[in-house]
Amino acid sequence: MAGVRLLVGTRKGAFVLTSDEARKSWDVSGPHFAGWEIYHVKGSPIDENRIYASQSSSWFGQQIQRSDDGGKTWQPVDNTFAYDGVPGTHQWYDGTPHPWEFKRVWHIEPSTTEADTVYAGVEDAALFRSNDGGKSWHELPGLRGHGSGAHWQPGAGGMCLHTILIDPSDAKRMFIAISAAGAFRTEDGGESWKPINRGLKSEYIPDPEAEVGHCVHRLAMHPSRPNVLFMQKHWDVMRSDDGGNSWREVSGNLPTDFGFVIDVHAHEPETIYVVPIKSDSEHFPIDGRLQVWRSRTGGEDWEALTNGLPQSNCYVNVLRDAMSIDTLDSCGIYFGTTGGQVYASSDSGDTWAAIVRDLPPVLSVEAQTLR
Amino acid sequence: MIRVVLPAHLKMHANVNGEVMLAVDGPATQKSLLDALETHYPVLRGAIREQGTLKRRAFVRFFACQRDLSHDEPDAPLPDAVASGAQPFLIIGALAGG
Repeated sequence: MAGVRLLVGTRKGAFVLTSDEARKSWDVSGPHFAGWEIYHVKGSPIDENRIYASQSSSWFGQQIQRSDDGGKTWQPVDNTFAYDGVPGTHQWYDGTPHPWEFKRVWHIEPSTTEADTVYAGVEDAALFRSNDGGKSWHELPGLRGHGSGAHWQPGAGGMCLHTILIDPSDAKRMFIAISAAGAFRTEDGGESWKPINRGLKSEYIPDPEAEVGHCVHRLAMHPSRPNVLFMQKHWDVMRSDDGGNSWREVSGNLPTDFGFVIDVHAHEPETIYVVPIKSDSEHFPIDGRLQVWRSRTGGEDWEALTNGLPQSNCYVNVLRDAMSIDTLDSCGIYFGTTGGQVYASSDSGDTWAAIVRDLPPVLSVEAQTLR
Repeated sequence: MIRVVLPAHLKMHANVNGEVMLAVDGPATQKSLLDALETHYPVLRGAIREQGTLKRRAFVRFFACQRDLSHDEPDAPLPDAVASGAQPFLIIGALAGG
């Protein structure tokens, strides 16, 4: 029977929310890994029972957990993320050289073609891969080895590789994004990388149109159109129609174009969603009104979606990995907030309801469509 | 046997209830104790000491016999009361602000 499984990472553990395809009633399981920050939980697109979780703590470091039964039980796998060769340095907040130091795994992206292959985006920014289901990890050094590596610098959340998009038509073609270095593309499975930031303009760096240095918050792609990319940047919502070679702003009539999440409808490649927040210091909705904004034209023209969302006294944020889409016929959209709510829409965003409230602050939401 | 008390997070992670009882090879030091602990519980690798350097993680503390042993040399002998098992060796996540 078809259904949806939501994998929710929070500041104090992971939760698994499960529903049938009606998506009206949800079972809540958790907290798993209670007391740990769960930055990301993601299932394999090849095996819906294979799930990975990034389990992190400032005290006790990084663990990676794997489930092979859809989140019922978990086993720790390898937690060694050693930079290849001599790590080198990047720019610190004050512009001085600072050694590359592993801190945590921000994002896990299982392969679309190999069941035991999985990628991990980490802080300090680097890309790692496992070819044995997480039992061992190795860095793909071509990314940091790009000549710009020494000039990367952390954003306010740290220098993290937070987005990994795999071209569904070519698994060797991938896009990644780093705060605050920018977006990069590989055509050879990660051996070599090209920065793809032309057209971005960021007023908070010395050269607003630099090759690298942009604080990209999130990238999104529709599987049917791998050359069309959408970006939520520190400010600005951007679009590329040529695989990142150039970008243009599509913020249009958004009330503010600061935010963290961006995602694409499962069946409509030009329908995209963002959650604007007031500013880079005021990480909450304008006037305390939580709104998802949808464009059916790939940007520029946006409409506010508010039915079922709090329209007063709501001062939560939605973090960059905390929105996700299911692929059921009537596309479901889900997001979690720093206030601990998980909202769902089963009608492309026209109406919303909280499917669970009062979780710990939500860091990530990933939807698995179960067949 | 040396008695080790883990913090709650790591007890859960390693599926440990109560104290851990360890025998160490050679002299009882922080290093030999932690080597033995990680041998018995491989999931603790990287959680108490940094992988590679084996330095104590910045926010982890070691207490025993009402003393803070965090900054003792890893190869320095542990207190006799710890080595004999009379007092436990406490591994604690650092606290600030009470």
